[in-house]
Amino acid sequence: MQRNNLRKWSSVFGAAAVVAFAMPSSAQQTKYDFETRMNIESHVGNITGHAKDAKPDYRRYCVGCHGELGDGNGENFPWVDPKPRNFQLGVFKCRSTPTGTLPTDQDLFDSIGRGFDRSNMPQWSTFTKQERTDLVAWVKHFSPRWVGEKPGTPITIPPEPEVTPERIKAGREVFARVQCWKCHGVLGQGDGPSAATLTDDLGRPIAPFNFAEGARPKCGDTDKDIYRIFMTGLDGTPMPSFADNIKPDEAWDLVFYLRTLMSQHSKEKAMAKQLGLKPVDPNAPAGQQ
Amino acid sequence: MSKTKNFAVVLSAVVLVCCGALILGQKVNAAGEGKITGTVKLDGTAPHMKGIDMGKDPFCSKAHATDPGKMETYVVGSGGGLENVVLYITEGLTGPAASQTATTEPVFDQKNCMYTPHVLALDVDQKFKVTTSDQTTHNIHPLPNPMTGNIPWNQSQPPGAAPVEKSWKAPEVIPVQCNIHPWMHGWFVVVKGPYATSDSNGAYTINNVPPGSYTVTAWHEAAGTQTQKVTVAAGGSGSANFTFKAK
Ligand code: HEC
Ligand code: HEC
Repeated sequence: MQRNNLRKWSSVFGAAAVVAFAMPSSAQQTKYDFETRMNIESHVGNITGHAKDAKPDYRRYCVGCHGELGDGNGENFPWVDPKPRNFQLGVFKCRSTPTGTLPTDQDLFDSIGRGFDRSNMPQWSTFTKQERTDLVAWVKHFSPRWVGEKPGTPITIPPEPEVTPERIKAGREVFARVQCWKCHGVLGQGDGPSAATLTDDLGRPIAPFNFAEGARPKCGDTDKDIYRIFMTGLDGTPMPSFADNIKPDEAWDLVFYLRTLMSQHSKEKAMAKQLGLKPVDPNAPAGQQ
Repeated sequence: MSKTKNFAVVLSAVVLVCCGALILGQKVNAAGEGKITGTVKLDGTAPHMKGIDMGKDPFCSKAHATDPGKMETYVVGSGGGLENVVLYITEGLTGPAASQTATTEPVFDQKNCMYTPHVLALDVDQKFKVTTSDQTTHNIHPLPNPMTGNIPWNQSQPPGAAPVEKSWKAPEVIPVQCNIHPWMHGWFVVVKGPYATSDSNGAYTINNVPPGSYTVTAWHEAAGTQTQKVTVAAGGSGSANFTFKAK
């Protein structure tokens, strides 16, 4: 029944997206007229992007998936899994900002340039910076959220400390304590006890990230990107934010431990091997891994 | 010396005026405010609620070792009283009553891998706290429709986590779920103005209702919604009883 509810509003978005714009149902949307939308700007570094300048590029390169109305209902929709993002909702996976807030222009700029591994979202590195910044403004113009609301304040990430065996062991404790393994599995293979039933915000099945298969995280593969991923969460998915429950220093420990679960070779992996590190034990009492 | 004296005079004047305003304000309220009361019933036999298999999480299944968890879609008390119905005013509210925000801060607890309460009614902008009493990690993941102005978020709460404090910007019925424990789902019912939730006997009281004629809406997650017209006299009490059929 909860699923029904989700389906109900996802179909409302899908079929009646046009109606939603024509008949504003909240004050926020009333203020959101055509002109305001077309004048939306974006700022990345010292470049200012203008929504209307990106229209031709969007029509040419993005519309097939994200749709004329930005609702993710382009002609490729039936064949694409995961589904293209619905920009009207203003909900994004890759953010430097806390869960429930808008991403920064830089975040969207980075996502467009990076592409999304294990999805049909291509990497768009051929655009000039100006073109990409214009596209950011165009992506924003689809959602009324950018009229009344400011992006969240990016989380602060302290400088990365030196990796040590102690830190890797401490990271393993964090992985056990906050129970990442419930979804990701004790080996990080995306097969935890809760993995099978996960659905995204639109009720579609979604799998937790499999650290062991050599895939790149969608929101970036640097240590800092991984830190950001679990401290902000991937909005629109079951992947929650842990910002309130993992301290900054512990977060770095966890990043190092996650590296040991990845198939790619790394300093951390070598250290874990030397330590003879075992997977966490889901049945161990708290603090006794 | 005279400065202090002046100050004292001003201060006492301010205090006087403030208290006067307070007393007056209260008087106006007390004289005018009434309430709407009633009972919500479910017609016929209560639908069978399926048991929940919590076997995937040892903490949860242990917590329910003697009292197996079951779905809470219909919670029916003795005499057919229907619990978890939200009653609120959909027509007739004007002036301050329509724009006031409730000042209490209700708690939505994760306890024994269930939501307590299962349905939390809230005023627009009213603050509430999400807490956890459990020794297992939950993620609290409300799913509003972002087009309403309410924004979805998703936060983890491991054992011992501090409460999460939030509020909602617009009236909406918002499903909330835990992705880690897929049986856990509840509702935030965000309304504008005074509201009540029916108790285990199906009884409810909407307080702080100024005199006037209103439409009262009763919402239930599965049985649907019903409305009734109610009149409240100054300081008096209006009454509306509802009977739902199980769907
Ligand atoms: C072949 C299909 C396809 C094309 C073409 C495409 N996208 Fe995407 N895009 C996707 C999919 C699929 C996702 C969702 C990926 C996911 O959720 O893992 C996505 C997600 C996004 C996101 C969301 C990022 C986030 O953090 O949630 C942005 C922004 C985006 N695309 C911009 C663009 C722009 C700009 C273009 C054109 C230059 C474009 N896309 C072209 C398929 C496409
Ligand atoms: C409720 C289940 C759940 C829990 C708990 C959870 N995750 Fe995830 N995680 C997911 C899902 C689902 C995805 C995939 C999201 C996607 O592909 O859009 C994911 C993705 C990820 C990714 C890859 C993101 C990307 O950019 O592709 C990382 C890294 C990650 N999680 C780390 C963690 C860590 C660390 C923890 C514990 C602190 C954790 N997760 C807890 C469900 C969960």
